[in-house]
Amino acid sequence: MALAPNAIAFSGVGQTFLTGTGAVTALDGVSVTIAQHEFIAVLGPSGCGKSTLLRLTAGLMKPSTGSVSVFGLPVTQPRDDVGIVFQKPTLLPWANVEDNVVFPAKHKQGRVTREDRDQTQAIIETVGLAGFESRLPSELSGGMQQRVGIARALFLNPDILLMDEPFSALDALTRETMGFELLRLWQASPKTVLFITHSISEAALLADRVLVLSERPGRVIADLPVPTARPRDESSLGTAEMQDYAAHLRSLLIRKDAA
Amino acid sequence: MTATDLQRPTGATPPEASRPTPSVQPRLPLGERLLRTPVVLPLVTFLLLLVLWESCTRLFSVPSYILPSPSRIVLGFESVSAGRWAEHIWATLRVALLGYLVSFAVSLPIAVGLAKSRLLSGALYPLLVVIQSVPVVAVAPIIIVVLGTGDAPRVVITFMISFFPLVVSMTTGLAATPPELIELSRSLRAPSFREITQIRLPYATPYIFSGMKISITLSVIGAVVSEFVAADKGIGYFIQFSTSMFKLPQAWAGLVILVAMSLLLFQIVSQTQRILFPWSLPKGQK
Ligand SMILES: Nc1ncnc2c1ncn2[C@@H]1O[C@H](COP(=O)(O)OP(=O)(O)OP(=O)(O)O)[C@@H](O)[C@H]1O
Ligand SMILES: [Mg+2]
Repeated sequence: MALAPNAIAFSGVGQTFLTGTGAVTALDGVSVTIAQHEFIAVLGPSGCGKSTLLRLTAGLMKPSTGSVSVFGLPVTQPRDDVGIVFQKPTLLPWANVEDNVVFPAKHKQGRVTREDRDQTQAIIETVGLAGFESRLPSELSGGMQQRVGIARALFLNPDILLMDEPFSALDALTRETMGFELLRLWQASPKTVLFITHSISEAALLADRVLVLSERPGRVIADLPVPTARPRDESSLGTAEMQDYAAHLRSLLIRKDAA
Repeated sequence: MTATDLQRPTGATPPEASRPTPSVQPRLPLGERLLRTPVVLPLVTFLLLLVLWESCTRLFSVPSYILPSPSRIVLGFESVSAGRWAEHIWATLRVALLGYLVSFAVSLPIAVGLAKSRLLSGALYPLLVVIQSVPVVAVAPIIIVVLGTGDAPRVVITFMISFFPLVVSMTTGLAATPPELIELSRSLRAPSFREITQIRLPYATPYIFSGMKISITLSVIGAVVSEFVAADKGIGYFIQFSTSMFKLPQAWAGLVILVAMSLLLFQIVSQTQRILFPWSLPKGQK
């Protein structure tokens, strides 16, 4: 390989849905490139097409216009090297933690191998769920359930991790802890992360770059690198630099809301 | 000293049950605890009702062809040999269970089709509603003529009465799967049958069981209806025959057996769910 291709590249991506009441344009002219192992946060008003952007990257739908490519290849179908974490953990209620984590392998191949089991154990330990292997999802807290959701997404060891407001169902404290946990995982095993959120501070704390989308039809109105170097911790948000940055993001979002 | 201690008149011995013992958790009085155990209350009500029934029929000397007393019904039981009862029970049970199995076996693929394909759902669903709307009792004689003697027509009648709740509950259940899991399945490019077997079907389990609970009692009704139309065995047949001979206590005995059969089958389905799929029970029922 001469030049390492971008992990994800959107070029002129537009998405229009035909509904009973007419056409809805969710995304319009989105052109962004994301380098390998970059952590990108996406902010934008509700309904602007953030989840759609994620689905396009996952190969779950095709863009109406433009193209999405992953590692230099146009996305035509879901790929093995892309993992997804949803807003709600959506675990299998009948399966314990271990079976939920190993589910991608079981679902894909129809069976679970010895190596899969070992791999499960390793991932369960990484996400801090050791000792809870045989619990059912209903016996776990929301934060733990989402840990299982993340472990499941990591199971096939994807290069790209797509996360759709993964912590928005959690209480503020758990949410913060999970954010730092995610950073720890990401630093231990670097991945390209596309992280959708409604929280400005979460975006600023976790990401390398923050994309701000406009109201529907979603366009990229800002693409701003986070000024503070890593590693970051709770105090990072307190610096003047970060306060200004967060204020800037907020003004971009609010202007759109008022418009 | 607690508030209750203060209210207690000095010198009077407190009632046994309300005296707090230091080592034991405070408990309700024995009588109240018994009343709160699930089976006790309905059982007591039932026994009281029997006593009332018995005394009323005796007091007003109600003729037994109008309403036989419980004791007459017991005599009705005894007037038929155990072997004969077993034969009748087996005939009805066999048809009910066969019909139930056929319902299940037919409903499952239909439900999968309805849930997976909008086209099929559009084409099939109205037809199912039409079949469901046919008064089966009226069609039963025709079915018997067409399918002849033997279990086949009775099983078909039972099927027609019991399948609809199963189809509806299964379809609802299969469609109730969170869309995220379907997306997960698609993102893994897993074969489509595994989406059914590993995600949709297990997700539908609670729905399927509520359908199964309704259908199992309908199956007994179906078997009885089919026996009313044409049979020479079975509890339904026995009730009709006894009534025509004015042996009402016997007919009532048959009815009691039918109720017991329905309850037992219902319990078997409930317990199957409880034992095999405890996670599928509504919260608070585990
Ligand atoms: N499959 C679909 N069919 C029709 N319309 C759709 C479909 N998917 C999304 N939409 C519409 O496209 C728009 C963008 O949806 P999307 O879910 O991407 O928004 P979002 O930015 O993720 O919103 P939120 O912040 O509320 O999650 C919405 O108006 C939505 O109603
Ligand atoms: Mg969304």
